[in-house]
Amino acid sequence: MEAREEIMDRIRTALADAPAVPDVPRNYRRTADLGPEQVLEMLVDRLEDYKAKVSQVEAADLPRTIAGLLAEATSYVVPHGLPAEWLDNDTLRADDRRLTDAPGHRLTVEDLDGIAVVTSSAVSIAESGTIILDGSPTQGRRAISLVPDHHVCVVPASTVVQLLPEALPRVDPTHPLTWISGPSATSDIELERVEGVHGPRDLDVVIVTDL
Amino acid sequence: MSQVFVGMPSLPAYGRGNLFATESFPEAAHHELRNDQLRTNLRHATTTIREKRAHVVGELPDWEELRSAGSAIKEAVMADLPAMLEQFEANFTARGGTIHWARDAEEANRIVEGLIREQDTDEVVKVKSMATQEIGLNEYLDERGIKAFETDLAELIVQLGHDKPSHILVPAIHKNRSQIRDIFLKEMKDVDPNLSNDPRELAMAARAHLRRKFLSAKVAISGANFALADTGTLGVVESEGNGRMCLTLPETLITVMGIEKLLPHAEDLEVFMQLLPRSSTGERMNPYTSFWTGESHDDGPQNVHLVMLDNGRTAALADTYGRSALHCIRCSACMNVCPVYERTGGHAYGSTYPGPIGAILSPLMTGIQAEENNSLPYASSLCGACYDACPVKINIPEILVHLRGEDVDSRRGQRRIPSEMDLMMKGVQWAFSSGQHLGLLEKALPLGRLAAGRDKKIKRLPGHLAGGWTSSRDIPAPPSQSFRDWWVKEHQTPDPGTPGPSTTTGQEK
Repeated sequence: MEAREEIMDRIRTALADAPAVPDVPRNYRRTADLGPEQVLEMLVDRLEDYKAKVSQVEAADLPRTIAGLLAEATSYVVPHGLPAEWLDNDTLRADDRRLTDAPGHRLTVEDLDGIAVVTSSAVSIAESGTIILDGSPTQGRRAISLVPDHHVCVVPASTVVQLLPEALPRVDPTHPLTWISGPSATSDIELERVEGVHGPRDLDVVIVTDL
Repeated sequence: MSQVFVGMPSLPAYGRGNLFATESFPEAAHHELRNDQLRTNLRHATTTIREKRAHVVGELPDWEELRSAGSAIKEAVMADLPAMLEQFEANFTARGGTIHWARDAEEANRIVEGLIREQDTDEVVKVKSMATQEIGLNEYLDERGIKAFETDLAELIVQLGHDKPSHILVPAIHKNRSQIRDIFLKEMKDVDPNLSNDPRELAMAARAHLRRKFLSAKVAISGANFALADTGTLGVVESEGNGRMCLTLPETLITVMGIEKLLPHAEDLEVFMQLLPRSSTGERMNPYTSFWTGESHDDGPQNVHLVMLDNGRTAALADTYGRSALHCIRCSACMNVCPVYERTGGHAYGSTYPGPIGAILSPLMTGIQAEENNSLPYASSLCGACYDACPVKINIPEILVHLRGEDVDSRRGQRRIPSEMDLMMKGVQWAFSSGQHLGLLEKALPLGRLAAGRDKKIKRLPGHLAGGWTSSRDIPAPPSQSFRDWWVKEHQTPDPGTPGPSTTTGQEK
């Protein structure tokens, strides 16, 4: 604890002039000024701007849409809590390409490398085109949405908000959180944006309008 | 000076590591300005990023309100830092994390080395981190037989090129695509020899090169953009997914973070996660952001460490005028708008922290008298573009001027003979102290014309200061008569009380 005490002492000495703690003016926008339809429209626009592929479907159509997006996948992983009805169609029901990551049955990074993944999501922010995963059973461990090369991410419309300040109360900050805004990208070479570096190179977002 | 100001006994304790300009800024700038390629690359990069930033900042009607909130939150953190650190520590520890405290770069490096050795490995993967750059961790580990692999594309380019970062956000901003291809061809063992200079191909080469490392690494090292006091949460903001790889896959995660990175509440992210991405990459949001709180059962590293770094931050905190430099969230917006940075590039500043923020942060952390850091506060025209661009409203020009004062004060004591600047200022003081003095001085104007010669330009003045000025500029010959003489001649019967300046300038000291 020696270094700790010394640093604390240094800080207290540095603050010997007892600077005042200011009030924080929170006059920025904290509530939506757009209707739900416009908010969805904005989310789609922002996600596409970041080269995510977006589709909007009704819940009844979700399994067919997911099956279509997975058509090329040799195998795919789902978290153990993914709602079974999302995979309830002829192609997906007894699909031997499917791996399930569950407590007590964890897949290795080798299992996950290069395959596809289907997850749900916790909350999405339209203004910045951001989807937040919070590690709950419908979304799974962080590794399963990271190591695969193709992420199919389901966004229930009821989880979409316009502004970041509306989104944060909906997630527990002590859960492992991953904020995703488009597929991985780099602008490190002459600031030219290249999508798809180490995270999944393809991001498909499926917005379910009546969930 | 500051230490007198707050009445400290043996402090401040200054920082070490990569915080120093080893040659003075004007000299370093001279070398860098000769590099045409560098200037072309920089102009292109800074222009592009400025436009992107302006576009996404313009989208938000409440940008100024967000800046004000960000500034106030950071000021509150600094004012209440001990309590906030204790709160963070308690929460982080309660969730299974271990905190280590490091007074300086050397101590931090030693702690990290020890933690790596405990895992019985000699390889680590790294997420881009300013703090580890500052303490020179890679070099320290390398000398002791531990290989640290940078995984951010730009950091990888810098590392493979045996180079130094020149920008805090895009460290390889000084290299263009062909230079990067050449580095990859030379340094990556298994790269396709027909690799083109297309950025996509280069990025894919980096992906292939690092993939196996990510999937097999036992230990990762990261920095942190934010630490939330009320939950004990840490956050890393990134683009490529290399951050997620490092923060998720290895068993052991070691984070090195400056003590100033705290935010009081999780709620404050709603401010900073709007300010940071738009100010740095000019995006509405960066592709990936990860938050973790200690260790999470079954998800991610189970052995989670945090090294809390002082290394001169408390010295900066002790400077009542300069402490707001610690509000910096390392977005790099000030670099991209700075006319000096755009021309000299980041290497001219010597320190890990270049550009306007570096010109104040480095001397604040090391003390103004360390190596050549006293030249840094002069690396500015005081145009104020950095202040306008700063998302947390750090008044960089004001702190630059404050540090120039510190520099002058620190030299005064050392010298018996007054410096050129002292003499010049004395002269100016005399000249402006009364109208008569100024009038007398104006009588000497024709002498200046004589010095200018036939082409009406003064090309060389003696001395370091005046000579420095004329080394890159000509001074036009002074007019044949002063304004006052002209006025008197124009107005044959002048009102004796007229000349305004002479009656008022004498007040200034």
